[in-house]
This record gives sequence, structure tokens and C-alpha cells, in this order.
Amino acid sequence: MSNLIASTAPKARKLTPEEIHDIEHEKTHYPYAQAVGLEALKIVQKYQGWVSDESLLAVADYLELPPDELEGVATFFNMIFRRPVGKNVILLCDSVACWMLGCDGLKAHITKRLGIEYGQTTADNLFTLIPVPCLGACDKAPVMMIGNDTHRNLTPATIDALIDACQARG
Amino acid sequence: MTTLTNKPLTKNIEIGRAPFTFAQYQAAGGYQSVGKALAMKPRDLMKLVQDSGLGGRGGAGFNTGLKWSFIPEPDGGPRYLVVNADEMEPGTFKDRLLMEHDPHLLVEGMITASIALQATMSYIFLRGEYKEAEAALLKAIAEAYEAGMLGQHIAGSTFSLDMAVHTSAGRYICGEETALINALEGKRANPRFKPPFPQVSGLWGRPTLVNNVETICNIPGIVSHGVDWFKALGINGQSGTRISGVSGRVKRPGCWEMPVGTTFRTVIEEYAGGMQDGYALKAFLPGGGSTDFLMPEHLDLPMIPGDVAKAGSRLGTSLLMVLDDKTCPIGCVHNLIKFFAHESCGWCTPCRDGLPWVEHILLKLERGEGTLKDIDILKEACGYMAPGNTFCALAPGAAEPLQSALKYFMDEFVEHVNHGCKYQRH
Ligand SMILES: Cc1cc2nc3c(=O)[nH]c(=O)nc-3n(C[C@H](O)[C@H](O)[C@H](O)COP(=O)(O)O)c2cc1C
Ligand code: SF4
Repeated sequence: MSNLIASTAPKARKLTPEEIHDIEHEKTHYPYAQAVGLEALKIVQKYQGWVSDESLLAVADYLELPPDELEGVATFFNMIFRRPVGKNVILLCDSVACWMLGCDGLKAHITKRLGIEYGQTTADNLFTLIPVPCLGACDKAPVMMIGNDTHRNLTPATIDALIDACQARG
Repeated sequence: MTTLTNKPLTKNIEIGRAPFTFAQYQAAGGYQSVGKALAMKPRDLMKLVQDSGLGGRGGAGFNTGLKWSFIPEPDGGPRYLVVNADEMEPGTFKDRLLMEHDPHLLVEGMITASIALQATMSYIFLRGEYKEAEAALLKAIAEAYEAGMLGQHIAGSTFSLDMAVHTSAGRYICGEETALINALEGKRANPRFKPPFPQVSGLWGRPTLVNNVETICNIPGIVSHGVDWFKALGINGQSGTRISGVSGRVKRPGCWEMPVGTTFRTVIEEYAGGMQDGYALKAFLPGGGSTDFLMPEHLDLPMIPGDVAKAGSRLGTSLLMVLDDKTCPIGCVHNLIKFFAHESCGWCTPCRDGLPWVEHILLKLERGEGTLKDIDILKEACGYMAPGNTFCALAPGAAEPLQSALKYFMDEFVEHVNHGCKYQRH
């Protein structure tokens, strides 16, 4: 029997032992598996950089959740990446305090330096630029994150230095 | 006689040094409230918190002990305390400070609150981007388990409690308490219909209390030192202290612990050092992006929810944002509306469709492509987003900066129709 859809549709991959270990740890905090759906997606993203269809299906399988429901969660949250991103995700705050202190100019500076707009990734896969709502450091605006680190009181010069450091690491 | 602190929220905070470990925190007088709470009847504990006059610090300011008292008597099943640490209100940066620099204060507050509520499990619903806070909290929780302050039979009592951190992934609506409950259950974070209220039917249909980080950080002091001490901390007839602060073009942007009832002028002019040279105060948002602008004539108001409401705004998170005379008020509102439009959960029409529409009109005005009719549409949209017309408070909150800008800066809206934006872009 031919089944064209099934042969081309993405299939669940196997979760890695590290992913399974971390998901199992999260499960100990909740009475129901569904509650760790988002945590599991974040775990996969931590190891793989983003959440592919194959990863999403794997998590759904593992937690015995309907894939559509998990996809509904994945697409609801700003910080779950359903497309590949660069090695360094730049989250530039564009909320009101940072706006008042010139984040639009900083965005233009980054775009000029790296040649990417919001939502884009550099050709060398080193950087993805994404706007982020208020990072809760408004007294030190303008602010952005690269990966897990928050950087405050930004100027074009400090941004250049941060980008240089990422490029030097490769 | 030892004098009791008048800065219970920040007494252990020293920027630049690592937060206190369990042992250091305990040596500084920490975890006293747990023993006191265990020796009290839960209902008496709730009453104590109610009598202290503590109001929620998440934005609405509702009496915390009264909010707790709506929880039904234990029936042997699970009960939950959830701390709202999703801080995403534009211009708000207080919970981050408390969690990064004194995580044990929050953990102690959660244990003591859980004793009052007879909660069996407690969660911290933490904003995903707050990586430093996550690390600090996980360490503090692990230390508390090790010291027997969490887990089975805490501090040698019959009371048991577990605690875990849930990290979110960036959606403002998760801060709304019923949306937060859905998110914690692993669902899309649309708000729920109320009633039933979470105290009766919350997380997995069980009794649940959702409280802000700063609210819970007040609990150890109140239970350790008593109602009279707490009441004496406030001024202008208020109880306690709270974290207020200022962002925008002031000389010393920042946040500080101060008596509840302090005036806006004191915060802006004394704590924050006044406006930067060359800038004048044009207006300010008193408590986050979802509050109405107030004007310089309101500076002498004390930061008390009722007084601020009488002036036509809300105290909200009490983190002020100043609008200076060189920044376009329409551009400022445009930035805020863009945020709210992006963060709408999509459930109700005035919010899902209205906000992008408003955003588009504001963009047109900035470009000099707007019409007088557009200004009427903006006014109309504020009506559609008014309280009661939508499922949750996101849309009414989004309307607040817009409706107040229309009230105070109408001449500038009209000017934009005629000439576009004349302010210099930063
Ligand atoms: C859209 C929206 C976002 C909110 N975000 C937060 C938040 O990030 N943190 C918070 O403590 N409360 C937030 N709130 C308020 C909560 O719904 C709730 O009132 C609060 O957590 C209750 O705590 P409290 O009684 O201790 O103030 C938000 C409300 C709305 C409508
Ligand atoms: S007001 Fe907005 S955020 Fe709130 S339920 Fe309606 S659509 Fe969702």
C-alpha cells in the first residue's frame, strides 16, 4: 500500500540520553506529564539549538501528548525557536525604557555591522537577531542578551566589542 | 535591645557580592518566620497577614491576607502556592533584583506562606530570560532542602512542602494569574474564566494562590516581627515598605526600598536625583507600561493605590518611567502598543484585532500620514478595550497609556496629523 504523505512527513527522532535525563528530572516536579511539555521543548532546544519537527514529534511521543497540542504550546512562546538559529542569539530589548534611550539606533548599528534584520541569521551561522520585550533592567537601558548573558548600558562601541568576542570564539 | 530593620526587603542586598548562602542568611536572622508560623494556627496566620495591611505588589494591590482567606479548608488533597516571577511589564525591574540578590528571602516567604495556606507544593513561575535569578533560586532551594527547611517534615514539624522552579519562555500574558496556571499545566497560556477563582479551583482544579515575588518577600518580616512593626514602616497612613524606582532620563535611574506612601516627587527628585541636565519632566507612567500617564502636577501624590486612582491612573508595579520633553509622547505610546499587540493572547477581538489597528494608526501619525478621523478611531478603540469588554486585563491595561496620552497631549496628536513627528529620533 502506498502512503505518500507518511513517506515524506517528518518522523520523530530518538531523544538523546542527556535529553531524556533532563526531561525525567523535570517530571519529578509535576503530577502530570503534560506539564513538562514546555520544559521538554526547552531542554531539546538547549541541546539542539532549536526545535525541529523531528524533535517536536520525539517529545510528543515521549510524553504521550498529541503532537498538535504540543505544537500549539511551542508556537505560543516567543523563546521556542521552530527554525534554526545562529550560535549566538542576540535578544535586543525594544521596550519603552530602551526605546527612550536609543535602542532603534543600536538595532540599526547591529544590522549594519552584521547585515541581518530582526529574525535573520548571518551566513556564517554565528548570529541571529531577535527583539525581546522588557528585560527588567530598565535602569541600565539600553539592554540586550547574548545567549544567557545580559548586557547593560549599551553603546555601539560596547556592542562591537561583544560581537568581536563572539567572532573570536567562532 | 536590638533594633529591627526598616528595610526588610533589601537588608541583605549588596550589589556586587554573591547572595547570602543558607547559613549566612540564617545568621542574619533569616528563617525565623518558619518556626513562628509552625507554632500558629493557619487561619490566625492568614489573619495576621491581613491585619498587617500588606497589599499585593503584582499590580492590583489587593490585601494579601484577605486574598488568602478565600482558600477552602484542607481536604487531604494537594494545594498549591505559585509565585508569579514572570516580570515582563515594560519598565518594571524589581522582582529581578530581589531574586538575584536575596533568593532565600523569597524561599523563606514561600515556606511561611505555604504553612498559612497548608500548601503541599510551591512553584516559582520564573521568566525564562532571568538566567541569573534561576541559578540563584535553584541554589537557595537546594540549600533549604539540605537544611531540612523543605521536603518531608520541615524543621522537625509535621508539615511537608516541596518547591520547584518553572522557567517560562517569554509571553507577557503568562503573568496574568489564570493564564499562568494554564502555562504551568503545560497548556497555551490563554486566561481562564473567573469564577471559579484559583483559590478554589486553580492548578489542576485544586486550591491555588498566585502571589507576586515582592508580596511573598514581605511575609518573613511580618510573621517574624509582627503587625505593629510592619505598620510603622509605612508613611501617610500606609503599612510596610516597597520597591519603587525610576527609568528614563533621570540622573540616577534605579530602584530602592522605601516606605509605602512615599510621594512620586521624592522618588524622582531625591532617590533618582531629578531629571538629567537639559531635559525636563513632561509626564510619567507611575507603575509600568499599562498605567495612565500622570503629569508634573501629580508629583506630590503619595504612592498609594487609592490616591493614584483618584488622579486617573494606577499605581501598578510602582516602577516609574519618566517621559522627558525631548521624547515624542506619540512615539512612546506607539512603542507600548506595539508590545501589547505582540503579547495579546488572541482570544478577544478588541485586543487581538484592535491593538494592531491602533499600532498602525500611530505609525501613520508618526509619518505624517494620519487624519483627524484617525484620532477619533483611537478614542473609539480605547472604549472597545475598556474593562469588561475583554476576557482579561491586558487590553484595558494597553488602553491606559493611550487614553491618557489622548487626554494630555491632544494638541500633539493634531500636530502629528498636520506635520508628522517633529521630535528628533534617538
Ligand atoms: C497581562 C497581565 C500580566 C501580568 N503580569 C504579572 C507579572 O509579571 N507579575 C506579577 O506579579 N503579576 C502580574 N500580573 C498580575 C497578576 O495577574 C496577579 O494579579 C498577581 O500576580 C497577584 O499577585 P499579588 O496579589 O501578590 O499582587 C499580570 C496581570 C495581567 C493582566
Ligand atoms: S484581553 Fe487580550 S490577552 Fe486578555 S484574554 Fe483577551 S485577547 Fe487574550
